[in-house]
Amino acid sequence: MRAPGTLGWFARHEARLAWRDWLAMMTAGRRRRLRTVAIALLVFVAFMHGVAYSMVGRFADTSADPDKVTLVVITGSLLLSWSLMMSQAMESVTRAFYARSDLDLILSSPASARKVFAVRIATMAVSVVLMSLLLAAPFVNVLAALGGARWLSAYGVVAAMGLVAAAAAVALTVALFKTIGPKRTRFVAQIVAAVIGAAFVIGLQLAAILSYGNLSRIDVLESDAVVALAPAAGSIVYWPAHAILGDVTALAGVLAVSVVALAAAIAVFSPRFGDHAIAAAGVSHTVTRQRRWSAFRPATPTRALRQKEWTLLTRDPWLISQTLMQILYLLPPAFLLWRSFGEGTGALLVLVPVLVMAAGQLAGGLAWLAISGEDAPDLVATAPVPARAIVRAKIEAVMGGIAIVFLPFVAALALLSLFHAIVAVIGIAVASASATQIQLWFRAQAKRSQFRRRQISSRMATFAEAFSSITWAGTAALAAAGTWLAAIVALIAVGILIGARLISPHASAERKLRGALSPVRAV
Amino acid sequence: MSKPPLALEIRGLTKRFDKPAVDWLNLTVQTGEFYALLGPNGAGKTTTLRMVVGLLTPDAGSIAVLGIDALADPVKAKQVMAWISDEPMIYDKLTPFEYLEFVAGLWGIDAAVADARASELIGWLGLAAHAHERCEGFSKGMRQKVALAGALVHDPRVIILDEPLTGLDAASARQVKSVLRERVSAGGTVIMTTHILDVAERMADRIGVIADGRLIAQGTLEELRGQTGQDTSTLEDTFLTLIAGPAVAA
Repeated sequence: MRAPGTLGWFARHEARLAWRDWLAMMTAGRRRRLRTVAIALLVFVAFMHGVAYSMVGRFADTSADPDKVTLVVITGSLLLSWSLMMSQAMESVTRAFYARSDLDLILSSPASARKVFAVRIATMAVSVVLMSLLLAAPFVNVLAALGGARWLSAYGVVAAMGLVAAAAAVALTVALFKTIGPKRTRFVAQIVAAVIGAAFVIGLQLAAILSYGNLSRIDVLESDAVVALAPAAGSIVYWPAHAILGDVTALAGVLAVSVVALAAAIAVFSPRFGDHAIAAAGVSHTVTRQRRWSAFRPATPTRALRQKEWTLLTRDPWLISQTLMQILYLLPPAFLLWRSFGEGTGALLVLVPVLVMAAGQLAGGLAWLAISGEDAPDLVATAPVPARAIVRAKIEAVMGGIAIVFLPFVAALALLSLFHAIVAVIGIAVASASATQIQLWFRAQAKRSQFRRRQISSRMATFAEAFSSITWAGTAALAAAGTWLAAIVALIAVGILIGARLISPHASAERKLRGALSPVRAV
Repeated sequence: MSKPPLALEIRGLTKRFDKPAVDWLNLTVQTGEFYALLGPNGAGKTTTLRMVVGLLTPDAGSIAVLGIDALADPVKAKQVMAWISDEPMIYDKLTPFEYLEFVAGLWGIDAAVADARASELIGWLGLAAHAHERCEGFSKGMRQKVALAGALVHDPRVIILDEPLTGLDAASARQVKSVLRERVSAGGTVIMTTHILDVAERMADRIGVIADGRLIAQGTLEELRGQTGQDTSTLEDTFLTLIAGPAVAA
């Protein structure tokens, strides 16, 4: 056993917490699910290897001494992955500042806060690295199996990228803290994290639209203009690319730089981490005054409920940022829409499914907030309003939000092609209704502040919601193309909904109830 | 003149989770009464009250609130009731004024009437200075007062509270107690669970003691003392004696 208060002792404590957190996330707190989760993971891993094979299999024979175009494409792809790692790391750092959890205990104890936060930063880095390695593993394994063991050095590059992402995330978040203060940092850091995660992808897509009229990122990276602008092939910038292709010297350099970056971040920032956490703790005590109106406005119960949902959403910038970040990805299609004016309807085939997919995802988030994220469930449940009316009001609030977001897109689409606009409207409505219905079947009471962790309550709901949105988007794409195959995909989507209904807790509760002899006996 | 209906009439109420939480419970509360429901942790007090206000479905039994069958017509029963739990659940992003407006909307109260009542309650509970501030920075006492104002804004005839004084400071606790007494004086009924026996002793007209999901004693303090044979004991002594050896329900 390690001596209490040492770095190793804290590291063991953090590792135990991280492991249990991960386990709870995977099993939703039910240990009996462990075997199911393990089987699901194995299936998922096999599936991902299939996906990786289809995506990168043909690149396995890439020369260890590549040309500049290859180096640019690999480096661009790495940058794209790194931006996502950075986004994830920023979220972890922000959470570490604002989630109180054990900070009161730590900061009031005689233990060295510097050591605790040094370990905590390292733990964040390790979690980013592990997550990245897990995601990268199928691709690396496929490349190594087809192209030789030299590809295994990609694991080292991914780990190095994770360490640098964590170091940069800590530096950026602390810089935000110092420049704009703890109150704004929580919101801004979330936005910055999302923008960093999306900006590179969106930027490449916008460039692809401008250059080629499509959404392909690879086309941009391989373009003459980008290759000409990129540094010469011998540049240090391409070390990670060389390392991935099996250059051991480059790998050693990349790993050394990443370890030094993280060590520097820990040395510089861990002594002040506690101060920042204390500053963040004071944020919740700030007073926000609202504009006063003269009198109560008349409202029916359903109108009061709808109004309440919209008010709560618009007053929580963090929730807005989390919800609307999904809309960030609508920027490229919107841009494509704008570019397509007067150029036929070819691009609309891409736009319609993107809109339908985004609507489904957004509706899922909003529905979770309205249905599961009710902060005063007892109040609403004890109000003299039939349960059906409460649910209807909440669904109306969700659909109203969807309408506000997607109406401008549909209106613009209608100017180009009425047929595609009608397909989009039907697709948006059906995908949104499906996602909302799934949230109803899988509803489980939670705090709105747990929005980001909503997937934890039910992995099945998350998968059902995602597959439903994907299949409705596929249906819309085929319908927009005018093929009857849309009906087949629509049937698959309906099948997913039926499956979700059957495995939902709602259905099993009903089955139990039916099984009981007499649920309520009158006396 | 006809007798007013009972504020609450529970017959054979039963609820099982892994084991029976409420076990064939019979309980009556008169209109205009301050009724305290006592019992050790896990006795079934909260489960009972949550079934009364419609937050849990009983496995068996009947519940009538002011003569309304709460299981057959829950909406009508909820119209005359208010529920406050020990952990006040209010909306952080709404102000007390907006919260009361929302509650008034849920209960379908006329806006002008609710507005006047809300202003009165906000002043009465000492929330005027914070009426237009978001609740997110409020202390537990202030949140409990907002929840209480929300419970009173629709002028319920039966108020049901689960440990309403837990975690409140002395001033807030006194204010809440005074509001509840006022309601009873005005003809309302208050049914409250509490672990603070002094409060039950001083405020309650009648006390019910529940253990293992069953009512083991019910009556005024004197009647309870009579059941234990300790004429001069405090409620604490009486309560501990009662739960140490469950008797037959009074």
